[in-house]
Amino acid sequence: MSKYKMHLLVCGGTGCHASASNQLLENLKKEVADKDLSGEVQVISTGCFGFCEKGPIVKTIPDNTFYTEVKPEDATDIVAEHVIKGRQVKRLLYKDPVRKEVISDSKDMGFYKKQLRIALRNCGFINPENIDEYIAADGYNALGKVLTEMTPEEATKVVIDSGLRGRGGGGFPAGVKWDIARKVESDQKYVVCNADEGDPGAFMDRSILEGDPHSVIEAMAINGYCIGADKGLVYIRAEYPLAIERLKIALDQAREYGLLGEDILGTGFNFEIEIRYGAGAFVCGEETALIHSMEGHRGEPTFKPPFPAQSGYLGKPTNVNNVETFANIPVIYNKGAEWFASIGTEKSKGTKVFALAGKINNVGLIEVPMGTTLREVIFEIGGGIKDGKKFKAVQTGGPSGGCLTEKHLDTPIDFDTLIASGSMMGSGGMIVMDEDDCMVSVARFYLDFTVEESCGKCTPCRVGNKRLYELLDVISKGNGTHAELDKLRNLSEVIKDTSLCGLGQTSPNPVLSTMDNFWDEYLSHVEDKMCPAGQCKELIRYEVVEENCVGCTACARNCPVNCISGERKEIHFIDQSLCIKCGACFEKCKFNAISVS
Amino acid sequence: MAKVKSLADLKKMKEQLQSSISLREKSEHPEGMVQVKVAMATCGIASGAKDVMEFFTGNLEKRNVEAIVTQTGCMGYCYAEPTIEVRLPGQDPVVYGFVDVKKADEIIEKYIKQGELVDGIIPVNYETIDKK
Repeated sequence: MSKYKMHLLVCGGTGCHASASNQLLENLKKEVADKDLSGEVQVISTGCFGFCEKGPIVKTIPDNTFYTEVKPEDATDIVAEHVIKGRQVKRLLYKDPVRKEVISDSKDMGFYKKQLRIALRNCGFINPENIDEYIAADGYNALGKVLTEMTPEEATKVVIDSGLRGRGGGGFPAGVKWDIARKVESDQKYVVCNADEGDPGAFMDRSILEGDPHSVIEAMAINGYCIGADKGLVYIRAEYPLAIERLKIALDQAREYGLLGEDILGTGFNFEIEIRYGAGAFVCGEETALIHSMEGHRGEPTFKPPFPAQSGYLGKPTNVNNVETFANIPVIYNKGAEWFASIGTEKSKGTKVFALAGKINNVGLIEVPMGTTLREVIFEIGGGIKDGKKFKAVQTGGPSGGCLTEKHLDTPIDFDTLIASGSMMGSGGMIVMDEDDCMVSVARFYLDFTVEESCGKCTPCRVGNKRLYELLDVISKGNGTHAELDKLRNLSEVIKDTSLCGLGQTSPNPVLSTMDNFWDEYLSHVEDKMCPAGQCKELIRYEVVEENCVGCTACARNCPVNCISGERKEIHFIDQSLCIKCGACFEKCKFNAISVS
Repeated sequence: MAKVKSLADLKKMKEQLQSSISLREKSEHPEGMVQVKVAMATCGIASGAKDVMEFFTGNLEKRNVEAIVTQTGCMGYCYAEPTIEVRLPGQDPVVYGFVDVKKADEIIEKYIKQGELVDGIIPVNYETIDKK
């Protein structure tokens, strides 16, 4: 920045692009050139600011003025007033919707405080393959503190006081779990890190292990000290080769530094960690199934109690936590339980990492304090729906969760509110859907997944889910009646009540939540034999809109089954008996002359 | 590397490491050390971060730029991979998204050598725990 005195950053993200930010960029460049400022002021197009609802965005550097909803014609004012005279263009400044104040500096905007990185604190900052960088970032300080200054009981109390709940999905208080394992008498205990991430659309555990493996190692050692275990195991799916490699490097480095092994930091405490590979079965995320898999048996769950804290790996007391839960632990000791408990909602403390995916502009990994609303996550951090489409639903909690709709957007996200709304936190996958997604198909997709992943041990899950899938299939093909809808609901309730483990108990959730929230859509599939989203192939028809057809032949040339006929410059016709509903004609037509119904 | 034998040892080490890292950051010579971090999580690598990393390690030296190129984990901007963070001495780090070899070349020539920002900056959208 030696040469230029000022920079104008113009958002070039999808949302702003759609609102003519490109024209704005050109206008600004032209204005700057016209005023002979090209050598002093630089106009730059940036990636998405995330704040798409208020786009296009222009930010000035070095004075950090933040302009929102800027139109191409505002370029004149920005250059004439702000750049030349140094006066802010007041009408373009952001107005805080809550405080009703005008905010000019982006550093003061609530929006940029929406994300807070605790579990991801080192992800993207340190080199995961260099233990020195982790130590420089306060690494292993918490372990040192715990080993030298606290008894296991005191150390466990810190986690209890922090209010941390398990981030694997169930949300059981982590400290309470540790305390149970601590109190059980045994000659041998184990610490297990659950890195079996199986939810479709979730990738936070993998990212943490890839970006900050030492935080998990440190937390496991602390847990070992608290519960009286000298052995830790990481159960990780073999499909995560990079996470495994980085974890192995980190383990070797920790051993080399004496932070794992015998007599850690001269305190007489011993702790060692081994890696166990899973074959990537969804059910193995369930603690009892995970433990059986580690023992070399089939990954099938067993009834609880006994809980793993009483009788887990090889029949010994075992504490199982997932990757994200562990990643929070060192910070809790470094910053204090009170600090952690001050973040979040009354019953859900701290932050939650979400893997944002689906029809959203900013696909990525985000971390927000508990209590942030879905609207803030989707429309502000996530930058809204792709291609300017309309928001329809958001799927949280993977196959165990459900779909939430427009009416849930302002619900603060935490463990309990999500369950109350008919979904759940799960591991934090968040799949956003737009108006083109058919909810019956979505439910069928999740059921297909559950059927594949069911271990087959109990009948409700093995047979029941298969039947659920078949019912959904019949409905999506237009062969369903009200009887099918009734069966769908009854069977769902039965599976929920009678399955052995969490997989079966939650597998009907996608069906129930879509039925509750999108009943109309089920009805149109059953009564009108129509798919409102135009997704269910058997129920849609592609037809030529005669008044729009110019006879360009694009549809006919691209039809893979040659079912479109018609001469050049004349109206075309689709033979419905041959049409395979691939949608190629719809996509290729430039004149809106193909309709989907 | 010797073993860390006590908490005091660890603290001493942390201070040394921190000061050596801040030395890199607050170098006396502005032309001194440039830091480039390449996000090398699965999402980054899948989008070509390895090529970008190789380009930086190979080219910075060739073009006489004293720099440290390291890898790091996911920055969270999976939609804009490959992403890199460049920290010029004494300045706030800047993150660039969609960095291919061509973009990397532009970043070296314009931003790293002349301090001129180039298109494609990804704005920061989170707070770190140090600020809380």
